[in-house]
Amino acid sequence: MKLIFERGKEGQGSALLPECDVPEFHLDVPKREKELHLPHVSENELSRHYTELAKQVHGVNDGFYPLGSCTMKYNPKVNEEAASLAGFKKIHPLQPVHTVQGCLEVLKRAEELLCEITGMDSMTMQPAAGAHGEFTGLLLIKAYHDSRKDTKRTKIIVPDSAHGTNPASAAMCGFEVVSVPSGEDGCVDLEKLREAAGEDTAGLMLTNPNTVGLFDKNILEITSVIHEAGGLVYYDGANLNAVMGVVRPGDMGFDVVHLNLHKTFSTPHGGGGPGSGPVGCKAFLKEFLPGYQEIRTEKGLSFVKPEHSTGDVKAFYGNFLVVVKALAYILTLGKEGIPEAAKNAVLNANYMMEKLKDIYPMAYQETCMHEFVMSLEKMKHDIDVSAMDIAKSLLDYGIHPPTMYFPLIVHEALMIEPTETESRQTLDEVIGVFREIYEKAQANPQEMHEAPVGTYVRRLDEVRAARKPVLRYRFEQK
Amino acid sequence: MGSYLPNTRQEQQEMLGEAGYESFDALFAHIPEEVKVKELKLPSGLSEMEVISEMEEIAQKNRIFRHIFRGAGAYDHYIPAIVGSVVNKEEFVTAYTPYQAEISQGILQSIFEYQTMICELTGMDVSNASVYDGATAAAEAVAMCRERKRTTAYISETANPQVISVIKTYCYASGTEVVMIPEKDGVTDKETLKEVLNDTAACFYVQHPNYYGNLEDAKELGEIVHAAGAKYIMGCNPIALGMIKTPAECGADVAVGEGQPLGMSLAFGGPYLGFMAATEKMLRKLPGRIVGETVDRDGKRAYVLTLQAREQHIRREKASSNICSNQALCALTAGVYLSAMGEEGIRKAASMCCSKSHYLQAELEKAGLKPKYSVPFFHEFVTVSEVKAEIILDALEKKGILGGLPLGEYEILWCATEKNTKAEIDLTAGIVKEVCGV
Repeated sequence: MKLIFERGKEGQGSALLPECDVPEFHLDVPKREKELHLPHVSENELSRHYTELAKQVHGVNDGFYPLGSCTMKYNPKVNEEAASLAGFKKIHPLQPVHTVQGCLEVLKRAEELLCEITGMDSMTMQPAAGAHGEFTGLLLIKAYHDSRKDTKRTKIIVPDSAHGTNPASAAMCGFEVVSVPSGEDGCVDLEKLREAAGEDTAGLMLTNPNTVGLFDKNILEITSVIHEAGGLVYYDGANLNAVMGVVRPGDMGFDVVHLNLHKTFSTPHGGGGPGSGPVGCKAFLKEFLPGYQEIRTEKGLSFVKPEHSTGDVKAFYGNFLVVVKALAYILTLGKEGIPEAAKNAVLNANYMMEKLKDIYPMAYQETCMHEFVMSLEKMKHDIDVSAMDIAKSLLDYGIHPPTMYFPLIVHEALMIEPTETESRQTLDEVIGVFREIYEKAQANPQEMHEAPVGTYVRRLDEVRAARKPVLRYRFEQK
Repeated sequence: MGSYLPNTRQEQQEMLGEAGYESFDALFAHIPEEVKVKELKLPSGLSEMEVISEMEEIAQKNRIFRHIFRGAGAYDHYIPAIVGSVVNKEEFVTAYTPYQAEISQGILQSIFEYQTMICELTGMDVSNASVYDGATAAAEAVAMCRERKRTTAYISETANPQVISVIKTYCYASGTEVVMIPEKDGVTDKETLKEVLNDTAACFYVQHPNYYGNLEDAKELGEIVHAAGAKYIMGCNPIALGMIKTPAECGADVAVGEGQPLGMSLAFGGPYLGFMAATEKMLRKLPGRIVGETVDRDGKRAYVLTLQAREQHIRREKASSNICSNQALCALTAGVYLSAMGEEGIRKAASMCCSKSHYLQAELEKAGLKPKYSVPFFHEFVTVSEVKAEIILDALEKKGILGGLPLGEYEILWCATEKNTKAEIDLTAGIVKEVCGV
């Protein structure tokens, strides 16, 4: 397909701006000398270009999207409508506070509701994504130890099954990362954790359910091991969809939590963002929160900076419109709908796992939570069909592949998260596809390496992309 | 109560049975009782009609200003109609990060086009696929420049205070020392910069045009920084780049900025767009996603996430950044905006911003607000008055005008864009004149 730069011709464009109605001012500074190449296309051509691009994208609206650990649930349209209200979109972030009472109410109510769901006391909406939330949460832990002059606490413990952002966030905060191995059962090895925890422990980062989709039953013991060592415990909210309304991080002993509003609270992923990664904490950490806190005063809502704030992690108040969408979602589901969504997410995952486990070996046999991990190690060994081959085969059936090769502790892993918004009929169809692909692989393993064959492009030469990077279009020199 | 569950109670019960559980309680039986929620203190769920009505009611508590003369990091530009129509397409809105290239070419190509346009605007060699906003882009740029023996970041005091705050937060986290370079006559004090830069200097960050709207001596600053062996980071306004020298022409190693002016609503501060571009040499230190061109098995041109060896899912604690989700839909917005505007449109917008703000400054001066600085500015400027800023701004607010941002008791930071008409400016100056009694 053509690039936008390969369409149209010079002189084409749209009449968007009027003639200037004040005298033209000639700025007396050095002007840009470099040519500026931007597209020159008619509006019709522009519109068709992006319509054609949109056809080459698989969104949640295009079909099943069981991308493990990403919670690709349906994105309700009423949320979008709420976020498109002029009363939210046309508001300057630096307007006088009495003219933005509605925006402050959105932030305040979202904070209160999310604190109740997580069992936290305070929250900031400033972080823009999950990883940004991790960074923010770890900053709170750093600021807490620093405030106590407890400077020997330089290490963050992370399970080896953790998402890559956990160690990367810890490193950004200047912490040394200590990786603890998981036990045979995929959960935290308590003995190893006890060995790792000590007076240099700043904290532990954990998600529960963990990245293999299992709920760690020893959670109270895990959090108390860290607390006894003088560290704090951080909850990675990536998997909250499995337990929201059923279990609260605050009740499991976590001190800090980040949420992914773009996973658990149904806001869309936008092809990779914008998300929103609010960070909640227990009362004793509130004074270190970044950004602003909304407080109720006699004159209405107002902003204050926490007393010993770590500073800002982003300009203004976070991805505000994303928070609007999440608030609409929580108001819709309410106290009945929130746990019901979690329960059905877990049910859908267990249903699919049950119907596939006879032919696709599961990495763990226990009841899973909202997602499960299969290991295709044996298939790879026996007939040389890999997790990648199975994933790519799914593309020809209009199904988005599961997360591949994660978590790292499972070989040839495929991680499947159906979410609660998929119907039984869809699940049955997809189970049928998985079974059909299995049969095909057994009958004709060589052919599996060819998949996909019906997509707009086929498997890409990733080595070439990395070896000789072409990262922009080159215009012909005039 | 609203719900997005497609399965009926009966279906749920049947599925439970087929999965081997009697009930939901049985399905959750392995979770320790002592951590289970006893009572969730949330309101009951609402129907869609009730939800939208409540959200409308909340939105109505905000005041929409018809006339805006406030910038300071968020700018009220004209957004072409085509932008919303493209960006609201459900395929773009509901997709995840384009990991599966075969079914994500639309997003990948749009990012490749965006990267090209950012390189064109800035004159730099390479661009990433976006970061959260202009402030985090600046903070990430500082992190890129840190080397083993060069661990001090020098930041000009003339930058947006929020950007400075975010840079300081990131530097607190990583243990990078921050040294502020003072302002003199509305721009960075070059003499001080020359004096204090030493061999621990990792980088110097300047915003151009700066927080006060003033244009820095950007090229000379770059020469001073390079003479000390440090990297030069420039924070840019993307619309201004239609007119003034590019960061590449000023010698920048990294160019960053807030992309909100490129088609994004004010939206009470977000979602916005952080853009980052760098020299070829700095490519492997660039954080976040980057899209590259390649071919598929049949030799067809195609696009893919590339150079992932820099990123957290491969490198874990040794990654160049922890960034994962970025602002992809906002990058798409910028791409559509720049395609709709074209070179001519961007140059015209830049010229109109500049002309309107200078007209505004002249009219406000006649009305009693003196310019604080006498250096060239782009589309923002600071005034000093004898009447308190608060009184002036209150008078404007009563007429539906959001005046400039008060910087001190008697100082105001103003902004004009292509959206502000002569009639609007005259009206504003008229009200100010009445208040100031000139």
